[in-house]
Amino acid sequence: MVLQSWRDHGKWRVRELLVHLGRYYAPYGTPGRKRPYDVDELIETVGLGEHAGKKISSLSGGQRRRMDVAIGIVGRPELLFLDEPTAGFDPHARREFHDLVHRLADLEDTTILLTTHDLDEAEKLADRILILAGGTIIADGSADQLSRRMSTKSEVRWSRDGQSFVHSDADPTQFVRELFRQYGEAISDLEVRPASLEDSYMSLVREFESGREGRAAREFEEVVG
Amino acid sequence: MNPSMAAVGAGIRRGGIELRQTLTNAQDMWNYVFLPTVLLVVMYFLRGHKVPGTDFSLGAMSIPSVIGMQVAFGGLVILATVLIIEREDGTLLRAKATPNGMLGYLVGKVLTVSGMSLVSLAIVLVPGAFLFEGMRLDSLASWSTLAWVLLLGLVATIPVGAVIGSLLPGPRSLGFAMVPTMGLVATSGIFYPITGFPVWLQWIAQVFPIYWLSLGMRSALLPGSMAAAEIGVPGATWKPSESLDSGP
Repeated sequence: MVLQSWRDHGKWRVRELLVHLGRYYAPYGTPGRKRPYDVDELIETVGLGEHAGKKISSLSGGQRRRMDVAIGIVGRPELLFLDEPTAGFDPHARREFHDLVHRLADLEDTTILLTTHDLDEAEKLADRILILAGGTIIADGSADQLSRRMSTKSEVRWSRDGQSFVHSDADPTQFVRELFRQYGEAISDLEVRPASLEDSYMSLVREFESGREGRAAREFEEVVG
Repeated sequence: MNPSMAAVGAGIRRGGIELRQTLTNAQDMWNYVFLPTVLLVVMYFLRGHKVPGTDFSLGAMSIPSVIGMQVAFGGLVILATVLIIEREDGTLLRAKATPNGMLGYLVGKVLTVSGMSLVSLAIVLVPGAFLFEGMRLDSLASWSTLAWVLLLGLVATIPVGAVIGSLLPGPRSLGFAMVPTMGLVATSGIFYPITGFPVWLQWIAQVFPIYWLSLGMRSALLPGSMAAAEIGVPGATWKPSESLDSGP
């Protein structure tokens, strides 16, 4: 279990704490799944090799979060919970953390359940994405599946006689063909954009926050399903 | 290996690691040394004063009393403080999220607090032995009494400290707990024989462990004649059971 922010064991050194916490898991090892993790290997995996002898309180935010992940997996869990692991990270730390999650998912036989507000992150990391709104699951599928479903409605922007227009349509090709047939040369600045997962999510959140969550969730459901 | 045994083993190591951490931390060391130093200086100036009814130095009487007080403090206040801080910063939550982590945590904490008590005992006793005359440090009986009073004191105070630590809502409320504790120290006969206080105050002091721990330490380290300054019949000897029975 890796929560958003841990502050414990500040006086302990990185390696010392991992060795200590690993001891509790030793009796749970099985021939197929040796427990705990080899500590030095683990420290390398989470990229804290240079900091193994440092006090935990002296780690930076990103290092501390990787330390927490190391603690979370020292017992080689079959299921790992990560609660918004990259909240408050700079882009560099976020990228490093994403690499770490990929490595864990690839190397170990571990299921990772990660909560995030960053759809980009979800798209990058997850095999399966669930979107929750108002306590209900309103979307469920792989990143590909979700964005394919989501792209049923695209946004068409153009300008005519110096005026800008926006239109959403399920069949943009047909719409644009019609547009040209009607106005021909008068159309300029044409732009067709499939709605991304994030766009749909954003509009849902906006609706949700303006207090029309019930309707928004239903609409979203219609779009997705 | 059995999971509980693994946790106890981890807890023992945990105690050792935490003890090393506190002994290599400048601020912690300052906390260990500061109060005993102040007390030793004060007691040194009091060495000329005699305990009423005897010709024994008030300063030398205070040494074992202060040791008893520190053992009580270690078990009650320090443990409660540590528990509150570690509940706030997530150390306890971490222990709960680890298989048998709470068992290991408790074993570690008991060892850490016991070790800290031993250290603060030595910080008072070693200089005290050089500065003051009259303490019985050469007999085996003194040391064995010291050992069992220390052990009993830890066994008695650590659970109470753990309860206080888990009941207080946060670090700020520790101040409220400290004020009555200081009051108790003042009335428990640490710096002045308790028989010099009003009887009702003696009764209050006897309800709490600070009195009993300092009494036990005095019985270990002071000569038998000093029992006369304790609650009980004048001329009594060091027998906690007699002190228990007779009362003021």
